[in-house]
Amino acid sequence: MQKEAAIREPLILGHKTYHDVTEDVCRPIEDKAPKMWYILFGIALVIGLYGVGSIMYLLGTGIGVWGLNKTIGWAWDITNFVWWVGIGHAGTLISAVLLLFRQKWRMAINRSAEAMTIFAVFMAGTFPLIHMGRLWVGYWVMPIPNQFGSLWVNFNSPLLWDVFAISTYLSVSLVFWYIGLIPDFATIRDRAKKPLAKKMYSILSFGWSGRAKHWNRFELVSLVLAGLATPLVFSVHSIVSFDFATSVIPGWHTTIFPPYFVAGAVFSGFAMVQTLLLIMRKAMGLEAYIHTKHVEYMNIVIMVTGSIVGTAYITELFISWYSGVEYESYAFINRATGPYWWAYWSMMTCNVISPQLMWIRRLRRSLLFTFFISIVVNIGMWFERYVIIVTSIHRDYIPAAWSMHFPSHIDIAVYLGTIGLFFVFFLLFARYFPVLALNEVKTILKGSGQSYKESPDYHKHH
Amino acid sequence: MSDKVLYVMYDDDEVLKHSAKKLVSKGVKISEVFSPFPIHGIDPIIGVKNTRLGIMAFLYGLIGLTLATIGMRYFMVVDWPMNIGGKPNFSYLENMLAFVPISFEFTVMCAAHGMAITYLLRNKTLPGMPAQNPDPRTTDDKFVMEIRLSENHSVTEAELDSMLQEIGYLELDKKEIK
Repeated sequence: MQKEAAIREPLILGHKTYHDVTEDVCRPIEDKAPKMWYILFGIALVIGLYGVGSIMYLLGTGIGVWGLNKTIGWAWDITNFVWWVGIGHAGTLISAVLLLFRQKWRMAINRSAEAMTIFAVFMAGTFPLIHMGRLWVGYWVMPIPNQFGSLWVNFNSPLLWDVFAISTYLSVSLVFWYIGLIPDFATIRDRAKKPLAKKMYSILSFGWSGRAKHWNRFELVSLVLAGLATPLVFSVHSIVSFDFATSVIPGWHTTIFPPYFVAGAVFSGFAMVQTLLLIMRKAMGLEAYIHTKHVEYMNIVIMVTGSIVGTAYITELFISWYSGVEYESYAFINRATGPYWWAYWSMMTCNVISPQLMWIRRLRRSLLFTFFISIVVNIGMWFERYVIIVTSIHRDYIPAAWSMHFPSHIDIAVYLGTIGLFFVFFLLFARYFPVLALNEVKTILKGSGQSYKESPDYHKHH
Repeated sequence: MSDKVLYVMYDDDEVLKHSAKKLVSKGVKISEVFSPFPIHGIDPIIGVKNTRLGIMAFLYGLIGLTLATIGMRYFMVVDWPMNIGGKPNFSYLENMLAFVPISFEFTVMCAAHGMAITYLLRNKTLPGMPAQNPDPRTTDDKFVMEIRLSENHSVTEAELDSMLQEIGYLELDKKEIK
């Protein structure tokens, strides 16, 4: 058993036993769902279905139904894609990087953060797929021997790198998540009373035993997966940024993009985790496991990554002037003072100023304030992508081709639809899956639980 | 061959570890420990060797890297050297930089999935398999040691009983296996 310093705040509040941990996590799954769950699920489902309908309409009619034009060929679609992929970065970061750094607070939040990651990457993947227009030939992005002769996908293209990056990220995150879920499904299986539930959780738990040898393998597999997933997290968003950085468009052709995108992704991902967990902990009665200290840790990550993002914005601005390239300077002056000034300044306010408020201890420990800032950051990070994408291309080289982007009804419906579907998935997860890595939490109970830390024996040496 | 199995239950991981240590020092072989979470430090006591899955992950990764290299060389250099802006791909090396991202991604993909599949197969945990734990409480808050008489010829059942009586336990369950 691992001991920690007395001044460290306990990670599990109250007097919990191993059995209490099981009870607290399994009860919401075994009990009837509260009325609020049905209401939220209904709302999310309606919005999600509206999005699905809009996608059908889009596929049937063509991507002309989006508000794109010949100058602005990429707008909400790719903005939403990058936004969702960014959100999908916190989960694997929490589980992988924090596991490598032995941060025990990750155990309370990693399960739901990873679920969020997977659902967010699902939503992200939707956009490039529907953007193809012909969804049914989506498999052409894979290098498959074909009837067209020696026709292969272009391995020099960052768009193809993205195909590999996103599919690797999605599938590896899924496996990482599921391997952690197996022992917890086994706990639910062994408690289940209803035959259908027993059967379902029995299938899901793969017959998990809890043998010492299996736990030995489990811990190594988690560690190696974390080791593999850590560079993966960084590579995925770097590659997403290559989609822009390897082009020659002023405003996109920037070497600072990879680190800046990765920091931005972690920043927005943690904000989304905060939004979801602050509601979930309350709704499911998990306040003892996810409490102010966890929120504070996450706010510190938001503050640090937000500061990196802010520094990147200012560096970008400075370099555009310092480079002496007039097109480059124009792209940035136009961002701040051109027709999209409002998008630029909302991005600056939301992403540069708001995380700096987290330096104040009282604010970063306030749950209400955190919730508010998490929404602000989500909005700000959407605008960041919108600003980078649309303002860089809306002023073409020939003034006759200058244009503006106005989202169509379908643009908005597809975007809101993915938010709806995301919540459909997340609510189903919260209803049927163990939202806390309950068996892992038990391993830190004696080291970081309040009742253990406060007991007089804790600081005695065994 | 008929065998008798003793399931000794505890409600604390530390207590189980202490008891296991005492039993092993008296020459008892503990064949298995079932617990709701990994008990750190139990493996050397009951003689569980460290897994070699990490080596497998490395090998799967190497396979992935090799496949990616062979594939991209074939697609981009051998089969159809694409001429982009007058810069054809004459050799793999000249074009290597563009292949780094996918080489990395494919290595990770093969390493992660190869290891995960091997893990599930070695554990014999696959969808729909029946639960392998002796007592449903071992996935909640109970810890069970499994002692097989066929693996303990130096002690009789009565001796084992008195040893356990002395060391203490929560519950003791005996099962005949045919």
